[in-house]
Amino acid sequence: MESVILQIAARHMRPLLVILSLVVLYRGHNEPGGGFIGGLMLGAAYILYAMAFGVEKTQKSIRISPVALTGIGLLLALVSGLPALMEGHLFMTGEWTTFFSGSSFELKLGTPLLFDLGVYFTVAGMLTLVMFSIMEE
Amino acid sequence: MLFLFAILIGVLYGAAVYLLLRRNIFKLVLGLIFLGHATNLLLFVAGGLTRGFPSFLRDIPGEVEKMADPLPQALILTAIVISLGVTAFALVLVYRFYSVTKTVDLDELSENE
Amino acid sequence: MIPVLPIILPLLFMVVLIFTRRWLAFQQYFSLLATVVLTLVSVILLLDVQQNGIATLQMGSWPAPYGISLVVDMLSAIMLVTVSFIAIVIMIYSPGFIDKGRQSAGYYPISFGLLMGVNGAFITGDIFNLYVWYEVMLTSSFVLIALGGSAEQLRGSIKYVTINFVASIFFVAGIGILYGLTGTLNMADLAFKIRAAGHIPHMNGALMLFFIAFSVKAGLFPFFFWLPASYHTPPIPITALFAGTLTKVGIYTMFRFYSLFIVENALFWKSFILIIAGLTMTIGVLMAASQFDIRKILSFHIISQVGYMVMGLGLFTVGGISGAIYFMVHNMLSKTNTFLAGGLVYQRSGSYDLKKLGGLYKASPLLALLFFVPAMSLAGIPPLPGFFGKFFLIKGGFEAGDYLITAVAILVGLFTLFSMVKIWNEAYWKKEPEEIKKGKLSRRAIAATGLLAIAVVLLGLFAGPVSELTVEAARQVVLPELYINAVLGL
Repeated sequence: MESVILQIAARHMRPLLVILSLVVLYRGHNEPGGGFIGGLMLGAAYILYAMAFGVEKTQKSIRISPVALTGIGLLLALVSGLPALMEGHLFMTGEWTTFFSGSSFELKLGTPLLFDLGVYFTVAGMLTLVMFSIMEE
Repeated sequence: MLFLFAILIGVLYGAAVYLLLRRNIFKLVLGLIFLGHATNLLLFVAGGLTRGFPSFLRDIPGEVEKMADPLPQALILTAIVISLGVTAFALVLVYRFYSVTKTVDLDELSENE
Repeated sequence: MIPVLPIILPLLFMVVLIFTRRWLAFQQYFSLLATVVLTLVSVILLLDVQQNGIATLQMGSWPAPYGISLVVDMLSAIMLVTVSFIAIVIMIYSPGFIDKGRQSAGYYPISFGLLMGVNGAFITGDIFNLYVWYEVMLTSSFVLIALGGSAEQLRGSIKYVTINFVASIFFVAGIGILYGLTGTLNMADLAFKIRAAGHIPHMNGALMLFFIAFSVKAGLFPFFFWLPASYHTPPIPITALFAGTLTKVGIYTMFRFYSLFIVENALFWKSFILIIAGLTMTIGVLMAASQFDIRKILSFHIISQVGYMVMGLGLFTVGGISGAIYFMVHNMLSKTNTFLAGGLVYQRSGSYDLKKLGGLYKASPLLALLFFVPAMSLAGIPPLPGFFGKFFLIKGGFEAGDYLITAVAILVGLFTLFSMVKIWNEAYWKKEPEEIKKGKLSRRAIAATGLLAIAVVLLGLFAGPVSELTVEAARQVVLPELYINAVLGL
């Protein structure tokens, strides 16, 4: 099923959705949002693309397979527990650092964000894995 | 409000059981989805239906007391994620089953036993 | 730090296996190595618990009732060691039995997902977290049981997925109601609050929801039908892994919940559980007697033997629980072993159907021995561990004065012997049928089955030292104050 409208929409929507999913991911610690919803949006972006252009072309344009994406996500979630050990705290304790503190660009980064990033990739990976395997047939 | 929720949950459970007992396996998956929704609502009600602020801390004194209990929401979110995963898997499974056997009937499922 | 390792190590191994999924040979050896590491860690944990008492860890430094606690007591430690040992055997056994397609479709990483879920369920001290680990375990088992996707397998998987999802729904509903009643989800804190409150209305409702959920997972009396309908469909190592681990997680959770949460109406729960145990034992063993497929006979025996473990729980004395824990360890090893031996029979003669088998004793005495040891252990012949397991349980039953259930247990033991002798007669002693296929046996599979058979024999020979461990575990189950104090730091 080739639809020009869907193809044009998907081409323009994909970068927008990816950026939006990153915004949702970042604000997730103290505001509504987070890794799961962000991951769903990222997955949705690629599923939309796959609906318009087919699974094969989408796989090529992502370059990384959904399984590997899930693996990266799990790895990040695992790694996020480790900095706490180096600081001598218990496993999974949240550790934070602040960049540009005081200025208006203040950026707080910490291990919970890393964990969320892991969730983000895992969810996106699993979602695309399932959807692609249904759509391929 | 509690009464309405009780009715809603009951209706959802009823619909879920009805769908689970159908012979069509796609309806079986729908039944699983309804079952998940009904239970998420049950968690929501069990945590207490209090009106309050969303539980994001700001520097307003006395806000903690007015906050809604965040834990049931966290539980529901987790339960939703899990039922999403299981539903996705069940869909793939049922689809595979359909493409292998070319039938959606549960009765033919138990044919060779 | 150590209590978290049995959870994060499988996750780490899983990630490694995901990235190396194209190199099958590497996957085979790496997963074997990984399970050995896991077993070592579990043994260290067991020794630690034996010396220093219950080990706890508050994840992310959040103090006890608020964060997720990880708790390893003697019971969890024993289960961890047994499960990871079974995993070693399965990993040695698998390469000859799981075809290349299934192996590269993710058999190894998903097995570690399953192990992570099982270990998590043994370790966690938080009810909702327990649910999450259950789901990790179940989702992995869903994928494993459907892996490969033959029509028969898909048929079994749909039943398996549906019934397990419904059971999970009972579990979550119970959690929701329990939270509404008590306002906490930390198991130790819950137990503390239940004891402090004395009477909590509707508590039995929530507990009954949990009971239904876990009896579905464990395969107890009214809810066992899904188990023999699905367990025989995947390749035999997967069935063996499920048989050795999954139902036992349900039993473990029942032990934990019974010990911590049942304060009121203890008499009702005791007789209720004993009745369920008796029915489970009897019906499982009777249904097994009418089957002719090796895998189905063994599947029905899982049910019957789950009944023994629940019987020990129902007695709720140190003797009964200790017997049940010993029986559980024995059953995990022997049951997995019989399944693996059944797999060898299949490899040799191309069938699981007793009517088409025969003459295997003459054809291969080694194969016969590998089946004989665990089968006689399940039937309860001394000096194999099945005898001691039943002996401890029956002794516990007499001491507790519950003669009826004890009599049932003894009778069921006789029927178990009947089923095992039936497999033995039909597959090994009967004259070899003409048209039988003569397959080649995989050396690795024989080695794995042999290793497990040796472990079974050792468990029987060292019943004394092992029962010291199980008595300590039983003491911690019977006295929940130890658990509560260890977690809450009272």
